[in-house]
Amino acid sequence: MIRTLRTTTLAFAASAAAITAIAIPANAQRDPAYAAARSSGQIGEQVDGYLGIVGSPTPAIQRLVDDINIKRRAVYARKAQENSATLEEYALTAGCQAIMRTAPGEKYQAPDRTWKTRTAAPPERDPRCP
Amino acid sequence: MTTHKLTQPCAFGKGLAQRRNIKGGGVMRRKTGWAILVALGLSGGLSGCINIDAPDEPIVIELNINIRQEVIYRLAEDAEQTIEENADIF
Repeated sequence: MIRTLRTTTLAFAASAAAITAIAIPANAQRDPAYAAARSSGQIGEQVDGYLGIVGSPTPAIQRLVDDINIKRRAVYARKAQENSATLEEYALTAGCQAIMRTAPGEKYQAPDRTWKTRTAAPPERDPRCP
Repeated sequence: MTTHKLTQPCAFGKGLAQRRNIKGGGVMRRKTGWAILVALGLSGGLSGCINIDAPDEPIVIELNINIRQEVIYRLAEDAEQTIEENADIF
């Protein structure tokens, strides 16, 4: 009986730890592979609020970009609903902000959909961006 | 006052038509009704009735651009916060 109880407690503690482990990365910093791909200019910020591959895609880069874009989409969907907006509207707004936040050397998409390298100057953005 | 004068003939015409439907209408009344309607039709602009012909092509109003800019401005602050809260995917 005591053993069962202890096992249950341990299982509960383990699952609680697992939940915490899942919850923590939400506020964590970028994955090293993602950070490296960004700073090397392999991936950049698109105008639509998602990541894009600048050059020819490798399977690893494609997986990385898809993974982040799926997560972004989930966040956009939730936030759009909270703000009574559409997913596309929220994503576009986040795209405006994400492009603004790019660091010099990183890639971003100009309104004409061509890839630009961010310099110290403000990025070329959609005229609708705030 | 001007509006009243202008719209009166149209309202009168409608009233006449409705009355005719309800009561069945006499020959005399029907004739007078038609005469007034024809007179109204002929006088056109003078009577104050405005005729609008529906265009063949559908009317398309492009509000998309304005609405979206408004929406973007409204969402901007929230989106900024979202990016900061989800630093791992931005």
